[in-house]
Amino acid sequence: MQNQHGSSHDSHGASHSGGGHDGHERPQDDPRESLWYRCYIPEIIRGLKVTMKHILFRPRFTVKYPEEKYNCPGFEGSAPGYHGEHRLKKDEQGRIKCVACLMCQTVCPAKCIEIEGGEDEKGAKYPVKFEINMLRCIYCGFCEEACPKDAIELTTKYYQVSTSREEKIYGKERLLNN
Amino acid sequence: MSTLEIIVTCIKVLAVFTALQMAVPVLVIMERRGVSFIQDRVGPDRCGPFGLLQPFADAAKLVFKEDITPRHVDKLLYFLAPAFCLIVPTVAFAVVPFGSGIRIGDFTLSFQIADFRVGVLYLLAILSMSSFGVVCAGWAQNNKYGTLSALRGVAQSVSYEIAMCLAVVAVVMSTNSDSGVSSTAMSTIVADQGGTYLGFFPKWNVFTQPIAFFIFLAAMYAETNRTPFDFVECEQELVAGYMTEYGSMKFSMLFMGEYIAMALQSALLVTFFLGGWTLPWVDLGDGSIAGGIASVIVFLVKWFAVAWLYIWVRWTLPRLRYDKLMDLGWKALVPLALINIVATAFVGVWLRS
Repeated sequence: MQNQHGSSHDSHGASHSGGGHDGHERPQDDPRESLWYRCYIPEIIRGLKVTMKHILFRPRFTVKYPEEKYNCPGFEGSAPGYHGEHRLKKDEQGRIKCVACLMCQTVCPAKCIEIEGGEDEKGAKYPVKFEINMLRCIYCGFCEEACPKDAIELTTKYYQVSTSREEKIYGKERLLNN
Repeated sequence: MSTLEIIVTCIKVLAVFTALQMAVPVLVIMERRGVSFIQDRVGPDRCGPFGLLQPFADAAKLVFKEDITPRHVDKLLYFLAPAFCLIVPTVAFAVVPFGSGIRIGDFTLSFQIADFRVGVLYLLAILSMSSFGVVCAGWAQNNKYGTLSALRGVAQSVSYEIAMCLAVVAVVMSTNSDSGVSSTAMSTIVADQGGTYLGFFPKWNVFTQPIAFFIFLAAMYAETNRTPFDFVECEQELVAGYMTEYGSMKFSMLFMGEYIAMALQSALLVTFFLGGWTLPWVDLGDGSIAGGIASVIVFLVKWFAVAWLYIWVRWTLPRLRYDKLMDLGWKALVPLALINIVATAFVGVWLRS
């Protein structure tokens, strides 16, 4: 037991008054030393009132998930702090921003990004293949931080259900439309 | 005892046993929804209307689980313990009067299985065996958590049983046995609480014996191992205590035993202190069918209120420290109960003279 003093310890019984001999001294005017407090019942009633207040007046926090969807703030855009599925961004002319520099692929600790670069007729680089294996991704967001072109970001999409492993490897189209 | 009486008693035993088994799912769903509301959640609301069928789904799951017996257990005790936990509180219910009774011709159907002259003694004797189940289970497991839990369970039951018995003694002393069989018969204790003082104030023992009431209330929580006295199965310290090595149906029997004990203790509190099936302003013990049914409903309402108090307190209070538990039992409740008995004796003699 925690009490090393054996019978000299008497500060907790409701039938005794006296200072704390049990190692943690309390000041004399501590409200916890009063008989009112130590006969428990008034304090218990106070506690019961608190819980009853929660039953009667407090709103429920539960989101009944399949019927109600939880919306992260800024669900369609990126929300600060939430790491969901990835998205590849496009510039004003609708071209993919990514230049296939492989920065994200290099920084990725889970090695889940696979990029094949290519050049278009004007010599501008773009990714021919951009695949993210969502099963391996740990949603650390390093790709987003590493990207020099601000081409990849993590959205707040959290609904990730599929029936096969192949579906979890997201290609370029899927990431562009995310 | 005539054949008719034997048949009627058998039917009553079956009915009460079934009702007690059914009390478990009711208490479980009350507890689960209740705690959800206290914690600002919704709780299980998918299975049936308002989630009322959830305990049945749980039960079905537990029944169909694989029944594993770990290799290191004491087989006999391991099998015996759940039965003990379930049987003891069920058997104790035999003397609880849950209604007044219906008179048909010269046959009286009393809503109580057995009305012993020493009903209270029988009850306390059976209740003192309630820790056996915990001990058997804890010991059989051959597991540190189980053994610790069993030790705590016994220490706790012994400490609080004394306080509880002494509280009941005060109630028995203040019961007037002139109208009934004897003041230790449960039916007499209930019947004595019917009626009013001065025409409006209920004659319940909670008003004449308030100290005994609070002692009994505290001991009741300790006896059923519920928070704030749940030292037997405190998750943070003992995993699940004496239930650690149990699974499937055996676990659910332990669980049911615990809830039946809770139902029993609630019924006892109602019987001893809240007037049992009586209503202070209406006489329900006249033997008519309506009176009989109404008395059962009154009993059930009171029972539900006390059962809710059980749940409410559990989810309000944290667990005591172990030394505080012992302090409260031995230094506060037992002396208080003794003082209460002496005071009751003095007042009784003074009133009689």
